[in-house]
Amino acid sequence: MAALRLDLTVPLRAFDLRVALDVGAETVAIVGPSGAGKSTLLRAIAGLVSARGVVEVGGRDWSRLPAERRPVGFVFQDYALFPHLTVRKNVEFGGRADGLLERLGIADLADARPRELSGGERQRVALARALARAPEVLLLDEPLAALDPHTRDAVRSELRATLRELGLPAILVTHDFVDAAALADRVGVLVDGSLVQVGTAEELIAAPVSPFVARFAGGNVLHGHARREGELTAVELADRTIVLSADLAQGDVAAIVYPWDVTLARALPSDSAQNHLQAEVHSIVPVGNRVRVAVGPVTAEVTAESASRLSLREGDLVVASWKATATRLVAR
Amino acid sequence: MKAVFGLAAAVTLTFLVLPVLAIFLQVSPATLLHELGDPVARDALVVSVRTTLIAQALIVVFGTPTAYLLATRRFRGRNVVLTFVELPLVLPPAVAGIGLLAAFGRMGLLPAGVAFTQTAVVLAVTFVAAPFYVRTAIASFEGVDPQLVAAARTLGAGPWRVFGRVALPLAAGGLGAGLALSFARGLGEFGATIMFAGSLQRVTETLPLAIYAEFARSFDVALAIGALLVAFSFILLLVVKWLRFGWTSPFRFVPSTSA
Repeated sequence: MAALRLDLTVPLRAFDLRVALDVGAETVAIVGPSGAGKSTLLRAIAGLVSARGVVEVGGRDWSRLPAERRPVGFVFQDYALFPHLTVRKNVEFGGRADGLLERLGIADLADARPRELSGGERQRVALARALARAPEVLLLDEPLAALDPHTRDAVRSELRATLRELGLPAILVTHDFVDAAALADRVGVLVDGSLVQVGTAEELIAAPVSPFVARFAGGNVLHGHARREGELTAVELADRTIVLSADLAQGDVAAIVYPWDVTLARALPSDSAQNHLQAEVHSIVPVGNRVRVAVGPVTAEVTAESASRLSLREGDLVVASWKATATRLVAR
Repeated sequence: MKAVFGLAAAVTLTFLVLPVLAIFLQVSPATLLHELGDPVARDALVVSVRTTLIAQALIVVFGTPTAYLLATRRFRGRNVVLTFVELPLVLPPAVAGIGLLAAFGRMGLLPAGVAFTQTAVVLAVTFVAAPFYVRTAIASFEGVDPQLVAAARTLGAGPWRVFGRVALPLAAGGLGAGLALSFARGLGEFGATIMFAGSLQRVTETLPLAIYAEFARSFDVALAIGALLVAFSFILLLVVKWLRFGWTSPFRFVPSTSA
């Protein structure tokens, strides 16, 4: 049974937001560029903006209920904690605080005011307050955006554990595909008010419906012209570089290559990879224990270990290699 | 340049401070205290406190919901309404007085016949002081983060609870400051009162009217009342400044050209 059923339309300035989506006891992340209507979708479900169509929860129609009569747990982007109330009073505003403060590890902050809290603590208070309402649906608007990178990872895993434990239908809005993939069971990509693709993060990465989705999922997008070459497809890019793919396609295509499928070497390697591209390193950016290296038109993500083994520096000439099966073709 | 600007500042400050200081320097503090015991001063204090308190109560009871509506609703003609709310701020007091007579005087539109009674004092004070409160209150309610209101609604708060538990406490600092401004304006009200209510000891003669009535008879009594009003004004100004540093957003202070 889909606990939350949506089929709604909200007129926005430049376009209409139209979303049809069933959410069971799972977390769905809505990702997309700013202005795509992500926050509006959450506000429409909560009844904060008026929408046409269906909002149904557990078989009950919510579409005519005012916001205050819809049992949602809404976590706002900047948390929207009441500055004049203590942590305990903030949580009790939603309902009974019993056990919630302990459960979210904020019991010792009960008498503090929001301005005395760190970003991570505020996030937990906002979640506790939303849960005190005994919500049937959880709505989270950019729950990690207000956090600095240092606390973000910790809060992300905490939030993930809490969402799993609650087992409520939850919709979470983010502009970050990594957050979406980490927190949600399914990811929906919202562009100009429409869901262009909904699936698991793996599905979106493996079979993006458009170059846009692929870029959002972190892929390199190379535009070119495809023609058959034996068992493979050859894509000729604007600079005449040929990229080989195992996918079948003809005509104008986008070739998608994910950074983690690309390996780097100083000289042409003798491995099974069919694509080799020699170019200069523009930038080297460490991300956790991996390093993102921009080489010509593609970005490769390699382990810190292999980056230091190659002793890469900006301006070096290197060879980026990937298999033909790692080049996905999407029509443009 | 430094010297010229410094000189201008010195002249400005001296000019602004001197009359206030003069009230306290003309006669000894003991004389000031003694003269406050004069029946005219005592009666005027009673009339002023009574009428100002009633007027402020009316202003808060009617002005707060008005300000909340004007701050939270967008409708056609809202700017026109706001302009009318602000009009008494810039209206010459004599115009306010003649207007009140035309509306509530014996031959007025609403022939309530309240002119020259204590009710008339309350109406005059309310008319000139209310905009100070309402304007500041509108700005304070507008300063309440709409996200907090949205959050309260998603937590099950209906309109009354949103107003009472979120908007009112968050705007409280600004409302208090507005009230202090309105109180100060009301306490000093002269022009509209003398036209609409007259100056009758024990009935309509407020502190400012008593200063005017007394300065020819007993300059010391007039000075004593002046000193009392300076003290009140000073305290109210401190209250305003203190309230400004609450957790409400900064509100706009609307200066008045009338006195």
